[in-house]
Amino acid sequence: MRQAPFEQRYQAEWDRFNEQLSMLEKRSPTTSLENSKAFVANYRRLCQHLALAQARGYSPQLIEQLHQLTLRGHQLIYRHPGNIKQRLLGFLLADFPHLVRAEWQFVAAASILFYGSLLVMGLVVYYAPNLVYSLLDPAQVANMESMYRPDAARIGALPERASSQDWQMFGYYIRNNIGIAFQTFAGGLLYGLGTLFFLLFNGLNIGAVAGYLTQLGSGITFWPFVVGHGAFELTAITLAGAAGLKLGWALVAPGRLRRSDALRHAAKPCAGLIAGVFILLTLAAFVEAYWSSSAALSSAIKYSVGALLWLAVGSYFALAGKSRHAPD
Amino acid sequence: MSLPLDTLLRVETPEAIDLMLRPASVVPRALAYAIDLGIRGVILGLAYLVLGFLGHIGVGLIALLTFLIGWWYMVLFEVLNQGRSPGKQLMKLRVLNDDGTPVGWAGSLLRNLLRVVDLLPFGYAIGILSSLLHPNFKRLGDLVAGTLVVHQERVHARFAMPQVIPLAPPFTLGLAEQQAILAFAERQNGLSMSRREELAALLAEPLGVERSEASARLNRIAQALLGAHT
Repeated sequence: MRQAPFEQRYQAEWDRFNEQLSMLEKRSPTTSLENSKAFVANYRRLCQHLALAQARGYSPQLIEQLHQLTLRGHQLIYRHPGNIKQRLLGFLLADFPHLVRAEWQFVAAASILFYGSLLVMGLVVYYAPNLVYSLLDPAQVANMESMYRPDAARIGALPERASSQDWQMFGYYIRNNIGIAFQTFAGGLLYGLGTLFFLLFNGLNIGAVAGYLTQLGSGITFWPFVVGHGAFELTAITLAGAAGLKLGWALVAPGRLRRSDALRHAAKPCAGLIAGVFILLTLAAFVEAYWSSSAALSSAIKYSVGALLWLAVGSYFALAGKSRHAPD
Repeated sequence: MSLPLDTLLRVETPEAIDLMLRPASVVPRALAYAIDLGIRGVILGLAYLVLGFLGHIGVGLIALLTFLIGWWYMVLFEVLNQGRSPGKQLMKLRVLNDDGTPVGWAGSLLRNLLRVVDLLPFGYAIGILSSLLHPNFKRLGDLVAGTLVVHQERVHARFAMPQVIPLAPPFTLGLAEQQAILAFAERQNGLSMSRREELAALLAEPLGVERSEASARLNRIAQALLGAHT
């Protein structure tokens, strides 16, 4: 068939498809199911027309016109699924813990690096308190001491903290902690070195603070404060570290793939881990700002709730999402 | 078919057709980023002015907003607005996956989190180097996420071909030759008179006509190729 009769025969069809495209691109709620089904069929027909036009050497302008229609149709057909609530639920109930179990090597490596450095530094500073100054400057240490003075009314912040400050601290925790976790992950792209640095740096710092405050006798305010949100926060840091290490490992040891392909393969699970880290740290910020800082609750309550939270986080990652079917 | 000399990227879809994408290079992307940066600066500036009066709650809200705008501005716009942040929309760019499909949450989150590595050691140095060296202008974040920034297609109005009496070509034409003649006939209204004559004169000899006649002859052959009923 020559071009002119081809155009004559199908032009009306292309115009209709164009209208349909404009309607769907606006995501108007009036599109019926039948209309959508017709759209898919029309798209396939258009693809066929484009292939024909190219194979028969029709004029560039016609091919361009068909190409643009096809491109727009392609964008609509292959867009990501929209039901975000459902996907989020599926992610939380099954995909996220499943992912963490699947990547257990990296989670283990990050945990050893982070908790290991934390523990060692904590013990060292506990027995040799002066070593705290190798990491923190004197002003920071003094500030820390006043924050966790056992006689403070509200703890975990400056002594005179009022309840409206909870809000301020919540925003601060979100910005600060999640920023750090994201950087820990992104540092993995520097052959894992950035992740290594952030994991060790945070482990050493937290260890030093914990060891120093405990030997000072401030442990009775410090430990009840951190035990609750620590369950989410420390877990999140190790998971961000695990994602970063995975990224770095793809660069260091790509195996049989090219480095760029190895990176792309590693990236998808990393995105899931990081989304989970974001959720965990948001939870942590709530707990830290509104629960941990309250001095009205006795230490016993905080310790038991803290233990419960650790248990909950642990069993979530160990057990959730084991069955293949999502619960109804 | 040989690959075109320019930076067009050919992507084959499951429907077995080729889509042509135009990856965008550093300059339009940097401009888009600058626009986004300005917009974010203005929003945060206004927030400081308004929320600054609210005391502790205000400070908390500002911290939250800084976090949201710093880390999520690009992600939310790219996923919810067809791959376009406001800056990209103004520069007529959009983010796609490598296979030409719209970018999703995972891809957008990755490419924007890894921005902090592209920023190193100063002024986007790594990102700029990486995208200058890559055939499709990808920075590190794009490499990892498997995404790509492309120019949006522009819709051109079609030129009409001159209506003349069709004349069959004097010999059999290959596909590429056929398309070249059709392209000439379609585009001649966008060319100057002398350029039109000059181009057509290249074919005067094989067609066996005077140089000044060649353009008219090509138009008649193009009509025949179209096969319109006269």
